[in-house]
Amino acid sequence: MIYPPAVSSAHFAILSALLFALAMAGLFLNRKNLIVMLMCVELMLLAVNLMFVGFSAQWQNLTGQIMAMFVLTVAAAEAAIGLAILVVYFRNRHTIAVDDLNSLQG
Amino acid sequence: MLSPIDFLFYLFAGFTLAAGVGVITARNPVYSVFFLIAAFLNAAALFLLAGAEFLAFILIIVYLGAVAVLFLFVVMMLDINLATVRAGFVRYLPIAAVVGGIFAAQLIIMLLIWQQSETPPTLNALGNSPMNQPNNVYALGRVLYTDYFVAFQTAGIILLIAMIGAIVLTLRPRTGIKTQVISQQVGRLASQTVRLVDLKPGQTPPTTAATTPTEPQEGSA
Repeated sequence: MIYPPAVSSAHFAILSALLFALAMAGLFLNRKNLIVMLMCVELMLLAVNLMFVGFSAQWQNLTGQIMAMFVLTVAAAEAAIGLAILVVYFRNRHTIAVDDLNSLQG
Repeated sequence: MLSPIDFLFYLFAGFTLAAGVGVITARNPVYSVFFLIAAFLNAAALFLLAGAEFLAFILIIVYLGAVAVLFLFVVMMLDINLATVRAGFVRYLPIAAVVGGIFAAQLIIMLLIWQQSETPPTLNALGNSPMNQPNNVYALGRVLYTDYFVAFQTAGIILLIAMIGAIVLTLRPRTGIKTQVISQQVGRLASQTVRLVDLKPGQTPPTTAATTPTEPQEGSA
């Protein structure tokens, strides 16, 4: 016999919380590597998207999916600009460690 | 006992979290990108389970097709010293665990004590829910192009600005190469470049260096 599913939006919310916390830990863990930090930001935005989609399904409201789409848009723009800045910085300083990003201190 | 939908949810959720752990702990940034791809792929499957078909495919096309490849290009373009990159890993491990643990605990406690006003529908009802009539793409388009039209256009402008910004940031003018200067080409006059020389049979033409009119200086025209 087929059992009815028990998965609901609360499952999505808890998964999203775990993924967000994981990405947060990754930001602290990879202090020497700006690329992996950018990837962690992408992971955080993915967690937010999971939350949006889960609650969109719970309330039967498409606004959550629309917002997730805008989050995707901004995440793509952020990735492009962030990587461009990273490339330019690496060209000038030959390092991407966050501790060394102090050129603006004068 | 797990229903098939439950099984799929836990499967993809577990893979997503495992891939997330891989992203933040991989030794090589290239492996991090591959784990990121795995995480996005499993998240797309979760989106499908929740009935957000369009978002799932957008995630695969845009994220796996463009953004992940962008990350991969940059990782391979930068010649990173892996030893220095991994230097502070063990030192930052406790603070990372503490911050991540506190954050996860806060979010999960908030979700556990939060009272839901009605019983949430289970996933079986979500895939073919009334909001997805006649299908997800159609329903999403009806909302996106009416209620959220201005926001949609703004998102397009944001993408355009991001594209221009990325190009301007990474473009570097190269010196010492021969490029085409169109204004100089168009501004050339026939009277300055073409000349008629009377030659008798057997006579060698005069050397061109002395008689050639000077090239028009750039900007003088």
